[in-house]
Amino acid sequence: MEGNLFERNRRDLTLFAGLALLVAIIFLTQGSVYSLRMLVEAGCYAMIALGLTIQWGYAGLFNVGVMGFIAAGAASSVLITFPTNPDFWNSNGPQLVAMFLVKLAFSAILLWLANVSGRFGVGRRLRGLLIVIAIAVAYLVLSAHMTTMAEQIEENSGWIGGLGLPVLVGWIVAGVVAGVIAWFVGKICLGLRSDYLAIATLGIAQIIKHFLKNADWLTRGTLTVSPLPWPVEMPSGGEFIMARASYLSLVAIAVVIIYLLLERAYNAPWGRMMRAIRDNETAAEAMGKDVTSRRIEIFVLGSVLMGFGGAMLIHFASIYDPSGFLDLNHTFLIWVMVILGGSGNNRGAIFGAIFVYIVWVMSEPITLALFDVIRTYGVAWFDWEPPSDFNSRALQMRVFVIGLTITLVLRFAPRGLLPERQARH
Amino acid sequence: MNDLVFFINKGLLSGMIIGSIYAMGAIGVTMIFGILRFAHFAHGDLMTLGAFVTLIIAALLASAGVVLPFPIAFAAIIPAMAVTAVLAIGLDKMFYKPLRNAGARPVVLVMASVGVTLMLQGLIRLFAGVRARDMFIDQPKDIFQIPFPGATRAMILTEPQIVLIGFTVVAVLALHLFLTRSRLGKAMRAVSDNPELARITGINTNHVVWATWIIGGGLACAAGSLLSMDVTLKPDLSFNILLPIFAATIVGGIGQPYGAIAGGFLVGFCETLAVFNWSVLLRPIKDSLWFELPRNMALVPTEYKLMVPFVILIIVLIYRPTGIFRGRVL
Repeated sequence: MEGNLFERNRRDLTLFAGLALLVAIIFLTQGSVYSLRMLVEAGCYAMIALGLTIQWGYAGLFNVGVMGFIAAGAASSVLITFPTNPDFWNSNGPQLVAMFLVKLAFSAILLWLANVSGRFGVGRRLRGLLIVIAIAVAYLVLSAHMTTMAEQIEENSGWIGGLGLPVLVGWIVAGVVAGVIAWFVGKICLGLRSDYLAIATLGIAQIIKHFLKNADWLTRGTLTVSPLPWPVEMPSGGEFIMARASYLSLVAIAVVIIYLLLERAYNAPWGRMMRAIRDNETAAEAMGKDVTSRRIEIFVLGSVLMGFGGAMLIHFASIYDPSGFLDLNHTFLIWVMVILGGSGNNRGAIFGAIFVYIVWVMSEPITLALFDVIRTYGVAWFDWEPPSDFNSRALQMRVFVIGLTITLVLRFAPRGLLPERQARH
Repeated sequence: MNDLVFFINKGLLSGMIIGSIYAMGAIGVTMIFGILRFAHFAHGDLMTLGAFVTLIIAALLASAGVVLPFPIAFAAIIPAMAVTAVLAIGLDKMFYKPLRNAGARPVVLVMASVGVTLMLQGLIRLFAGVRARDMFIDQPKDIFQIPFPGATRAMILTEPQIVLIGFTVVAVLALHLFLTRSRLGKAMRAVSDNPELARITGINTNHVVWATWIIGGGLACAAGSLLSMDVTLKPDLSFNILLPIFAATIVGGIGQPYGAIAGGFLVGFCETLAVFNWSVLLRPIKDSLWFELPRNMALVPTEYKLMVPFVILIIVLIYRPTGIFRGRVL
């Protein structure tokens, strides 16, 4: 069996050995401090990629709003873990927030009542009217309250500050918040075709980002929050290596645990059912599987991992800046990781995440160097006058390359570098 | 009365302007959705691309010494539409057709269109940078002031806005005639309704696909160009304009061009009316009101404008996924 095992995993082993070699070269040429940072970030991306690979690879759901779930997770983790703001707790802020939550709960109950009123003999039209009224009232009350709340909090205490809880709690809450958002999105869109999910996730991601950028009272908006606490010893006095290495081990442990759980789930009846739904929805439905709820399940699960990974990423960066969440870096880069690595294969997602992230980080100096050559020769040979924003334009080349990679992989290698291995039962 | 004019300017006219843009974008998206059966995410960047093509053609015409009684950019739109349509067919040939032929699931095509949108974005910004440009090369925009009876302020319309409204009317009429009278238009409707049946009856699917991209690309170019003439040309349309366009498509019913027009105007008006400060209208009667008039009575703060199409989209998806015009739920 030994040789057989090696044979079967030869592709995985070769690719991961190549990756290890690449990492070793980077360690030797760029120094440990830099390389450790890159590895930690790659690890966080691997967590997010695992979340996406179960949505896309296990269930075929197209999520274009990864960035939104990352941002939501990051912001909630900031709120949980950042030290408290005494000004806020001494002002009337807590009352305002509590009142807001009470009103929110009442609106939710009102909406729910309107929604189930059909069971109590209310006609269809009347029910529709009731729902519209409930939404309108809830919106007006909540938005009016939110405006005054935002104004007063910003005036009295700047922002509401954190809760000062341990970082691990923050990460878990991050996952929960991302999951709750995903549940709402999934509830609405997953009964319909996958394109609707793509459109809705695109929208929700933009809205979450807009909200976080403008909600000064909640997260200081674009003023940024720093320094965020670490779950391990923060680097102090220029001692980066130890601190980053311990952060890296924490991230690695988290990724490995999640990987093992996902592998277990993939081979379990649950994973088999998911693949059955993905490959032939009609047949699975005919077998009595509840396609929509299973999809919601896996969509929420994947988004939890994204929120969790986003929180890990933001704590490592130690500065929370909502403008830093970009579609390119936090949605499409992860898509490239997943489809290049091999969708539906967890090892592929991890490989893709680390490999693509390294290439991505390295691509910046390489692109700039490349375009510097173009500029030098262009000026020397053709009397060409390069535009003043030449460097920022040059970096747009990377956007093009990401798009090209997506289309090429889809066309020529739709199964990725590490294709999914269909388990035979 | 001045407040009413303000309302017409800020609420109704700008709603109509942005609604026409959305409508023209949504017609293309809904036809691609209906005939090729995927959500075309590259439509926003196709609009930007079209606007740049218009700018290039206008600049070429201007440097060739062409002088027209109206700004050259308007004349440049027509050839630019043709160029963009050809480019759209080219994109289809290179990126979507191979996947279709390989029998890929529609969601893979959606993903490919995301790849295409990133490629277009990268290329446009690489060659043009991100700064704002003026579509009217050294020519001033005419601004028309239409006096309103009983008010000192006038209704304001700019030249590109008038062209935009006129263009939308012409485009909608032409599209209607094309879809109902011509052979190809009827074939397109047939493919949209039932592709297998259409193929069996001998309709040339290739021509239908080309026609789809010509209409979609041409209208995207016109919408992008006229929008950039109204404000400025900036390569940042893509995802921000995509959401209202998709909302308009789904509200109108997928595969329904008339629905897309209605949806576009609906989304446009909702957006501008939601961010409109309603207290302006109440100001004249503020003494007879029982409450103190707040400074700002907009339903949605301007920075959350994007919420409006999203909320419309969500409501439609929950309560009427087929849209107002009973499109299909794919």
